[in-house]
Amino acid sequence: MKSRLALWRLTLAVVAATVACPTGLRAQQKSKATLIKNATLLTVTKGALDNSDLLIENGKIAKIGKGLSAPDGARVIDATGKYVLPGIVDCHSHSMLDAVNEGSLSVTSMCRIRDVLNPNDVDLYRALAGGVTTLNLLHGSANAIGGQNQVVKIKYGRPIEEFLFPDAPPGIKFALGENPKRSNFRFPGQTQRYPNSRMGVEETIRDAFVRARDYKRQQDDYAAAKARGENVPPPKRDLQLEPLVEVLEGKRHVHAHCYRAEEILMLMSLAEEFGFRVRTLQHVLEGYKIAREIAKHGAGASAFADFWSYKVEAYDAIPHDAALMTRAGVVVSLNSDDDGRARRLNMEAARVMKYGDLTETEALRLITINPAIQLGIDQRVGSLEVGKDADLAIWTAHPLSVYARVETTFVDGEVFFDRQADLAQREALAKERAELEAAEVNRPQGGGAPPPLPARRRPAYRAGDNCMQITKE
Amino acid sequence: MRGDWLAQLPKALGTLALGALASVALGQQKLDIAPRATVAIRDARLVPVSGDVIERGTIVIRDGKIAAIGPTAAIPSGAQVIDGKGLTVYPGMIDAATSLGLVEIPAVAATVDQGEVGDYNPNARALVAINPHSAHVRVTRYNGITTVATMPDGGVICGQATLINLYGTSPQEMAVVPSLGLVINFPRLNLGGGGPFAAFRQPPPSNLAEAIATRNRRVEELRQVMREATDYARAKEAAAADPKIPRPATNVVYESLLPTLRGETPAFFRADRAQDIRAALAFAEDMGIRPIIVGGNEASACAAELKAKGVPVILTGVLDLPSREDDPYDMLYENAAKLHRAGVKFCISTGDNGAHVRDLPYHAGMAAAFGLDPREALRAVTLSPAEALGISDRLGSLEVGKMANIVVADGDLLEPRTRVKYAFIDGRPAQLTSRHTELYEQFKERK
Repeated sequence: MKSRLALWRLTLAVVAATVACPTGLRAQQKSKATLIKNATLLTVTKGALDNSDLLIENGKIAKIGKGLSAPDGARVIDATGKYVLPGIVDCHSHSMLDAVNEGSLSVTSMCRIRDVLNPNDVDLYRALAGGVTTLNLLHGSANAIGGQNQVVKIKYGRPIEEFLFPDAPPGIKFALGENPKRSNFRFPGQTQRYPNSRMGVEETIRDAFVRARDYKRQQDDYAAAKARGENVPPPKRDLQLEPLVEVLEGKRHVHAHCYRAEEILMLMSLAEEFGFRVRTLQHVLEGYKIAREIAKHGAGASAFADFWSYKVEAYDAIPHDAALMTRAGVVVSLNSDDDGRARRLNMEAARVMKYGDLTETEALRLITINPAIQLGIDQRVGSLEVGKDADLAIWTAHPLSVYARVETTFVDGEVFFDRQADLAQREALAKERAELEAAEVNRPQGGGAPPPLPARRRPAYRAGDNCMQITKE
Repeated sequence: MRGDWLAQLPKALGTLALGALASVALGQQKLDIAPRATVAIRDARLVPVSGDVIERGTIVIRDGKIAAIGPTAAIPSGAQVIDGKGLTVYPGMIDAATSLGLVEIPAVAATVDQGEVGDYNPNARALVAINPHSAHVRVTRYNGITTVATMPDGGVICGQATLINLYGTSPQEMAVVPSLGLVINFPRLNLGGGGPFAAFRQPPPSNLAEAIATRNRRVEELRQVMREATDYARAKEAAAADPKIPRPATNVVYESLLPTLRGETPAFFRADRAQDIRAALAFAEDMGIRPIIVGGNEASACAAELKAKGVPVILTGVLDLPSREDDPYDMLYENAAKLHRAGVKFCISTGDNGAHVRDLPYHAGMAAAFGLDPREALRAVTLSPAEALGISDRLGSLEVGKMANIVVADGDLLEPRTRVKYAFIDGRPAQLTSRHTELYEQFKERK
C-alpha cells in the first residue's frame, strides 16, 4: 500500500514538474534578443509611452523607443494594444521556503533563509503568471529577531544559485506584537516563551543589540591590537551576533514586521538609540497613524492594500494606509506575504487608488520601483529603463484593470512564463495525468477512488507561521 | 403599512437632504434608521443586468421598490433627484456564501459565533447571532455589496443560513430570508490537512481503504439523522390524523430539518472536489432534498450532472490557489467561464467570513479576465446569486417591483478603482461611512 502511494506521488511529481515548466521555455537561448513592438510601456519612472518598442539584448533592456528595428535573429513580439510593466517586486514573501520559522528562540539571527530554498515550488510559476519577478524571502514573524532574508529573481526550475539576486544588500527579519509574543499561537501542551508582552519584545531586541555592541567592541579591539602588531587571540565567533553587528554598521537591512503605531515608534527610537535605521516596516497597518514619524526616521513601509480584521492588531488597519504614508513622504510598497495574493499584486495596487487619491503612476510604484528601492536593488529592476535588467511582463490590458492578464513574463530577458506555451501543452498533460491515474499500479487495492493527493509541501508555512493568521481555509 | 408610509412621506422628504444620501460623505456613522426615500436618479447609465444597458435614463425608487426605469421614466413630484451624469446604476451585489456578522476577528474566540459544538446542529440559526454593528457590514457595502447570505460552519450539519441586507439595527431588520436553508459540510475523504494549525490538523490516513470507510460511515450517519427526522415527521402526521396514536415528543433537531426535507428550503453542500460534489448530488437525490453546491473548485469536472439536475454552484474559490501542484495555474480563475460554457447555473462568492466580502467584485473581475464574458461576471454577483438562492423575484436586477437595493458608481462596478457614490438598500439611503473612513478622516489631519 505504502509503496503504491509513493509511486503515485512520484508520478504526480513528474507530471507537476513538466506542467509547470514547459521544456520549450527552458530551452530558450539567453543570448537571443527580443523586440516587443507597439506596446504601451509603463516605465513607472518615466511615464507611459504609447505605441513604443522595447528591445531586450543580453538580458538587459537595450533600447526603448518608437520604430526600433530588430537585430538579426531576434524574436519579435507584436504587442499592439498590450501593456508592458516592469516585473513586480514582492517585498514580503515566504514562497519556495522549506521552513519559515525557527521558532524555538526569540533571537534567531544566525538562521538563514538561503539554506531552505526550493527552486521547484510551483507557486513560483504561479507568481510569474501574475507578472512577479523578484521576491524578498523573509523568515517568519515568530521571533522578535528572526533569520536572515534572501532576495531572489524567480528563475523557476533553475539551480538555486541562479535565483540569488546579484549584489542585493543582505537583510534580517524582525517582528513586533502579537506574533513574537505568540498571542494567537497558544495550544494545549505548548510551552510559553519569553517575550510575552510588547515590553518583553522591546527588551529582547535591546538585549540583543547591547550584546552585539559589546561583541563589536571586542572585534574592534582585536582588530586594533592586530594592527598594532600585538599577538592576541581573536574573540570567540558568535554567529547570532555577527548579523546584528552588520545591522549596527549599516551593512544589513532590518525588515520589521509590525502593526501597532506604538510598537513602530518603539522600534524606530530603539534603532536611533543604537545608531541604525529600520530599512522597511513590514505590514505597518497602523503606519498611517504615525506617518510623519516614519518619514522622519527614513524607514520604508511595505503594507497590505486592504487586508484587515484577522487579529486584534489588524483591526485598525485601513485601506488608506498606503496613500496616507505616501502623502507623508514615506517610500511605500505593497507586498503579498502569501502565495495566493502574490499572483495579483497589480490588483492590490489598483485597490488602494480609490482610497486616498493615488495617481496611476503612484499606484504602480507601490509594486515596482518602490519595493526595489526598499531592497536596494533599484539600480537593476523596478522600472523600464535602458540598461536595467530585462525583468518585465506583457499584459493584455492596463495592469490596474481587473480584466488584465499576463501573456509573457521575462526574467533577465528570458521567458519564464508564456500563456500560449502553457495552454499549448495542457491537453497532452491532462492525457498523461489521466493515464497515470488509470494505471493499475496507481489503483488502490480492491478498487475504489484514486489514492490521496500528495500533501502540499512546506507544512511549516501552512501551519500559520507566516505573518498573518490564515483566515480562510 | 402603505398608509403609514404615505403619512410619513412629507416628513421624510423634509428631513432627507441630498447630503444625507451622499455616500462618500464624510463624518460620523449614523444608525441605519433612514426612512424609505423617493428618489430619482436621472441621466445615468443604467445596467439592469436582466436586460440591455440603458446608456442614458432614469430610475425611480419609491416605497422600498424600484418604481420605474427607462430612458424616459417620469420623475414623481417631490422626489429627491440625483444627477447621474457620469455615473452608472447597478443592482446591489449579492454574496451568496459568507459568514458576515458571525465573526469579527477570527483570532479572538470571543468574537467568533460561526459554529456550534458537535456534528449535527440543524437548529443553529445564523440569524440570531448576526451582529448588525459589525464593522464588516459598512466596509462591505462601501464596495457596492448590499445583500449577503450568512452561513454557519463546523461539524457536518452546520445550521441554518440566513439572507440579510447590509442595513439595519437588528438582525430582524436586516433579514430578507430569515432561514435560507440548511448548511452541510458534506463528509469528505480525510487526506490530512484540515486547518491552519498543526495542533488541530488531522494526520493523513495511513490506509486509504480506511479513509474511504470513515467517509462512508459519516455519510451514513448523516443519512441516518435525516431518515430519523423523516420518521419523526411521519409519526407526527400519524398522530395528528389519529388521536389514538401518541404524539412523539417534540425534537428541535428534527423539526429544524423538516423544511429542507419537505423541499421548502434548499441544502447548501460545501464540496470542492469532483468526487465529493458527485457524492453530495447522489445523497441529495436519495434524500429528496434540493442541493446547492458551495465551493465547487472542481465543479466543471461534473458539469454534465450539475446541468442535468439543474443544481446551482456557488463558487467560492476563484482567487484560491489550485490545490494540486499540476493543476493549471488559472484553473480556479477560469472555473466560472468553464461552467458558463457548460450551461451550469453558477454564481461567484468570496466565501469569506466577513472582513473581505467587500472583495466580491474582484473575484468576478478575475473570472472575467480568464474567459467569462464581463456581463456574465456582473451577473454572477447580482442576478445569478439571487436565482441560486431563489430570491430573484425580489433581488438581483433593476426591474420594476423589485426591492430597491441599488448602487450608483463612477465606473465599472467590477474594477477596483471604481467608487460607489450612493447606495440604497430596501429603498433607504445607506451611509457609505465605515470604521475605515472614520479612521481615515481622523488621521489625515495629523500632519
